[in-house]
Amino acid sequence: MFDSLSDRLDGIFSRLRSRGRLTEKDVDEVAREIRQALLEADVNVKVARAFITRVKDAAIGANVHEALNPAQQIVKIVHDELVATLGGETGKLVVSSKPPTVILLAGLQGSGKTTHAGKLARHLKSQGRQPLLVGADLQRLAAVEQLRTLAQRIDVPFFSEDSDPVTVARKGIDEARRLGRDHVIVDTAGRLQIDADLMDELARVRDAVQPHNTLLVIDAMTGQEAVNVASAFNETIPIDGVIITKIDGDARGGAALSVKEVVGKPILFAGTGEKLDEFEVFHPDRMAGRILGMGDMLTLIEKAEQTFDEEQKARAEEIMREGDFTLEDFLDQLRQVKKMGPLQNVIGMLPGMPKEIKDADIDDRELGRVEAIICSMTPAERAKPNSINGSRRTRIALGSGTSTGEVNNLLKQFGQMQQMMKQMGVMGRVMQKKSKKNKKKGGRTTAKGTKPVSTKSNPGLGGMGAGGLGSPGLGDLGDLGDFGGLGGLGGPGGFKGLPKR
Amino acid sequence: MDTPIVVMLVVLAIVAIVAGTFAFRSRGRIETTIEPAPARPPAPVEPGLVDAIPSDAADVPAAPVAAIELFEEPSGEPVKANLRSRLGKTRAAFGGYLRAVAGRRIDDEVYDELEEALLLADVGVATTNRLLDGVRAQVSANKVTDADAVVAMLRGEIEAMLSDSVDRSLRTTPDQLSVWMFVGVNGVGKTTTIGKLAAQRSRAGGSVMLAAADTFRAAAAEQLTQWAARAGVDIVRGDEGADPGAIVFDAMASATSKGVDLLLVDTAGRLHNKNNLMAELEKLRRIVDRTEGALHEVLLVIDATTGQNGLQQAKQFAEAVDVTGSVLTKLDGTAKGGIVLAIQAELGLPVKVVGVGETVGDLIEFDPAEFVAALFEG
Repeated sequence: MFDSLSDRLDGIFSRLRSRGRLTEKDVDEVAREIRQALLEADVNVKVARAFITRVKDAAIGANVHEALNPAQQIVKIVHDELVATLGGETGKLVVSSKPPTVILLAGLQGSGKTTHAGKLARHLKSQGRQPLLVGADLQRLAAVEQLRTLAQRIDVPFFSEDSDPVTVARKGIDEARRLGRDHVIVDTAGRLQIDADLMDELARVRDAVQPHNTLLVIDAMTGQEAVNVASAFNETIPIDGVIITKIDGDARGGAALSVKEVVGKPILFAGTGEKLDEFEVFHPDRMAGRILGMGDMLTLIEKAEQTFDEEQKARAEEIMREGDFTLEDFLDQLRQVKKMGPLQNVIGMLPGMPKEIKDADIDDRELGRVEAIICSMTPAERAKPNSINGSRRTRIALGSGTSTGEVNNLLKQFGQMQQMMKQMGVMGRVMQKKSKKNKKKGGRTTAKGTKPVSTKSNPGLGGMGAGGLGSPGLGDLGDLGDFGGLGGLGGPGGFKGLPKR
Repeated sequence: MDTPIVVMLVVLAIVAIVAGTFAFRSRGRIETTIEPAPARPPAPVEPGLVDAIPSDAADVPAAPVAAIELFEEPSGEPVKANLRSRLGKTRAAFGGYLRAVAGRRIDDEVYDELEEALLLADVGVATTNRLLDGVRAQVSANKVTDADAVVAMLRGEIEAMLSDSVDRSLRTTPDQLSVWMFVGVNGVGKTTTIGKLAAQRSRAGGSVMLAAADTFRAAAAEQLTQWAARAGVDIVRGDEGADPGAIVFDAMASATSKGVDLLLVDTAGRLHNKNNLMAELEKLRRIVDRTEGALHEVLLVIDATTGQNGLQQAKQFAEAVDVTGSVLTKLDGTAKGGIVLAIQAELGLPVKVVGVGETVGDLIEFDPAEFVAALFEG
């Protein structure tokens, strides 16, 4: 059900591939697939319709890019259109010239307003601002208590009292002036957009505090209803921006597109986890990739950059260049990857991964076992895995609390990987030269490297390594500079040995 | 060569090696995870951990007044609210589509409009196709040409999908401790649902106890404590950040020794793709399971505004803790909760209770006929 759009389009185009370019009829046929992909991602039916019309126009008028196959062309057009639609200024709050700047949060029950009031306060504080949290949700039991606790945790002053939301909000602003705080975040009670009384109350809170930023908080899991919610809130209290929450789940988040279409205001922030620091500026390109089921390479790269220090990066690059990869390096990288969070999440961010891998339940404790196995080897053994004979294997298994079977398997997998790295090292050098040349010409050089992979990458798990990376979805994220250079890696190695689970 | 790309390839290498190394022993791995945890020393029951609420009522001064507000039924009708009357006014969208096709002859446009109506109700592409295929088959078999008949057939298909053969009652065993666990993603309304159920059951004369095993969200235990005070039932709670397992353990012990009939266990909201949190949930279930025959229901709480991700949620939770049914909350918006069709059709997980408003009486039994009627006649 959750096949990515690129997989599906590949299916259609495999029939037409010989023609190699798009006709209007193809576009119509493809529009249906795009619609289905959008609907499965919870984009509103009507929004999807309008969106597809735009895509069609773009597709028919588009310059046919020789280097992209039809599926890639379409995915690229859809992706670009999504980015364009979702885009706009992100993460920018209006700052009042006369402090305090007032931020009002509104939304349905359970969308995450209170939590995100806390996260936003923390975010502002980390930027050197001085926020005050105001708990004007007097409806839900213990909501005020919840915000008070969050405020304590991030060491930000808090105001609330047992009166009515309008009074609390107004007094909250006074309190901010008194304390000299430059930002006030007003949390309101969750309400249904059809509840006239509560919507009216929200309008009165708005009038009382005259917010500079009125933010709609919406759950990424929201379905078709997102459109009604957004338009009703927007009519009651004109929305200046949106916070999309719970995007750390596996919902495709089509609601983001729906809301954006209706409100026409930027999606400013995204909630990415339960902890208060799991909050970031919204990235339209990542959301676009997500809606299309293309994985989230950019987040992965960003995470990698945060985790790997310069030295390690240099070493990784050397490994790639020289194809010289020892168990010691592997152990080192493994530990870095562990820091990037659960392996499952990391894999989820890789585009074009075969379903078998994505669905495989990879337990992070397995990383620990691998680590244990390598740690039970002597430095000499780590440098030269070939020297590990039967009795050494038994010793390593005993030392690491695993079985010789597991040690064998690790060594086997490692051997294959080493082999592949060597090949990649060679390819990398060749491609690097090539792509440097291409770069001078400017424009999208990436597609050239990608093409041979997507058509010829070995099927099944073999594609997991580099073949997966060259999948159409990624070809589209082609702005990654020299990435095309690596695209050609699909052919040579593959992970033939990777057993299916 | 771009460094990030290099790093990423290394990540891939690691993934491949790790997956490869352990793939062959995946069966063994499952065994190890299920392995019972080493016998846990009985948690020292801290004084004050098990609070009988009446003695603690001073903490919640506003409770009595608010309680009256909440318990009062606007219509004066007893506990049971009528789904259709609650939803009636808000159903215009779906009803509008159906009225638009009324009296017309069957053509592709009619199907397109029905499709759109279903999709807008969050029924989802796959389930919508399945329903409409069924209708198409009937149409060609019966040589129908009238669009009204198509609507009737669609209604029949949906009713069949929600067929009544499933047990929608919330099970208890008389004169014995029955435990209901509530699970779900963040913000769906688990705590509120438990509060309302506790109030209903306690008013109906049952002895009810609550276990506040959501120790993660700030003030979640406080919220449940206030509900307990309103409903006049006992609650077992711990400090924020406490081990939820310890709370469930203590609650089981306390409920058993006090001879409580019904223990409602609140758990922290968790996204179903977080393995460690799902494992924690499995553990909570195992703790309840230690008292044989006590666990009667594991209820997945789903927000009616949830889209297609609802199915994924249901799958993951069902796999982790063997869910027995679902609670559909916030159905009083304009959302139609169509995802429950897919959940029941694909997983056989029946909706048992629906929430249609803020008061205690607004949590009602799920009546499929009324649900479908509300969809079609709204």
